[in-house]
Amino acid sequence: MQEILQYFFSGVTNGAIYAVIAVGFSMLYNSTELINFAHGEFVMLGALCMISLSAGFEMHLVPAFLITMAAVGAAGMLFERLAIRPVRHPQHVVLIIITVGASIFLRGIGMLIWGKDSYTMPPFSAHSPVDVAGAKLLAQSVWILVIVMTLTAGLHLFYRRSLTGKAMTACAVNKKAAWIVGIPTKWMVLLAFGLATAMGAVAGASIAPITMSSYGMGTILGLKGFCAAMLGGLGSLWGAILGGFLLGILEAMGVGFVSSGLKDATAFVLLLAVLYVRPQGIVGSRKVQRF
Amino acid sequence: MLRIRNLKCYYGRIMAVKGVSLSVNQGEIICLIGANGSGKTTLLSAVCGLLPDWTGEINFMGRSLKNLDPPAVVRSGISLVPEGRLIFPPLSVLDNLKLGAYTRYKKRAVHEIGQDMETVTTLFPILKERFDQPAGTLSGGEQQMLAVGRALMARPKLLLLDEPSMGLAPMIVEKIMEVLEILRSKGLTIVLVEQNALAALAIADRGYVFETGTVVLQGGAGELLADKDVKRAYLGKDYGDFYDAG
Repeated sequence: MQEILQYFFSGVTNGAIYAVIAVGFSMLYNSTELINFAHGEFVMLGALCMISLSAGFEMHLVPAFLITMAAVGAAGMLFERLAIRPVRHPQHVVLIIITVGASIFLRGIGMLIWGKDSYTMPPFSAHSPVDVAGAKLLAQSVWILVIVMTLTAGLHLFYRRSLTGKAMTACAVNKKAAWIVGIPTKWMVLLAFGLATAMGAVAGASIAPITMSSYGMGTILGLKGFCAAMLGGLGSLWGAILGGFLLGILEAMGVGFVSSGLKDATAFVLLLAVLYVRPQGIVGSRKVQRF
Repeated sequence: MLRIRNLKCYYGRIMAVKGVSLSVNQGEIICLIGANGSGKTTLLSAVCGLLPDWTGEINFMGRSLKNLDPPAVVRSGISLVPEGRLIFPPLSVLDNLKLGAYTRYKKRAVHEIGQDMETVTTLFPILKERFDQPAGTLSGGEQQMLAVGRALMARPKLLLLDEPSMGLAPMIVEKIMEVLEILRSKGLTIVLVEQNALAALAIADRGYVFETGTVVLQGGAGELLADKDVKRAYLGKDYGDFYDAG
């Protein structure tokens, strides 16, 4: 029992991170029908930026966190402006290959700035782990959960209450119609890129204290987030959250009860299963198309 | 108000509108009729900024519309009710209407927008009953009313409608045409693209008949209604059907 609970805690912690990454994928897919395979690299930038600001420049956590979000969001917008928007004939496949190229490019940038070493930083608060029925819950896990919950609630409100959020939904539903109505769709896409990559930065910055961060960390995190988004249903906010937690927990159980070699395999086996059985994901309703 | 001179529109290398000139005066309902593929929708797309690939001249209230994107055209006072309605199904009726006023929220015209919301719901009381419902759950006629309402929320000076009667019951078509007449009486200028020429010409002041990208006939609505060529274009019959029999 105690063991299960311990695995569960670790699963929920990882799951929360996958969820945030998945939300980034989902959001961008919604606004642009594009899978950004460079998304994981923005997570990496978030983690390393956070470590540099807080451990390197000894900045206070809150401003460091906010600056990281803003900087990575700005990088995401720059990416849209320089690499995505200028494409003359934007076909899905072309754009996706551009994002793959961008992921390699960003990894290179990461290596140039931070070198090949791995870094870490102290947890957000120095509390000792909380004891729950014999299992230990790290203070950082609590932080991660709180941050993820706040963020999700914020996004939900943004989409439901603000005019800009509704305009973004309108863009996602029918870009041409939104354009006719007078919504500047290009600006909405730019905003979606900024928000999605800032979301990635949040994921990176939150896990920086409980993992070793290096320039190459983004690839696997990005893929996990992608799996989570597919699992929950691409394009749905709640689907992404659900998929993230589900993936995290299943992964932790697999590692605990079967073999630690299974950790990364879990995600991809799940991805394959979803694609075979229910390509629209658990809560997805949208028609799925191949291209 | 709107003046188009020698407009040529291109889809790649294909010319879909081949040198059309027309003018719309303040407070008129102008009707563009013609068969499928005769260039009516293309012309509207060019006016709205959806189709940037055109030559010639489009002037609205003395300003050229060249190189304006759709949001800029909306801000200049032209709203389009697009073919197929293109409402946002998952969003509520209220949100759909609010988004129609998107360009004006940026100018902090909240009070005026509230007034316009009143005006639109007075024209289409059914929309008010459905405010919180997702727009996708509305019937076809209600969706068309929503599309018109959404366009009006931008407070346009010129309203363009593309096939508003498509797929609707005659009673609903009548209702929508009635609303257009009310709007004209309030000073709104309207350009109506219709395949249902009978219904459209009944309320229009003047009309233009399109055929394969050119205007083949123009004149007062009454004249056009009586014209043999119009009957042919509208009914899609061959010249032979009319002239041989007659």
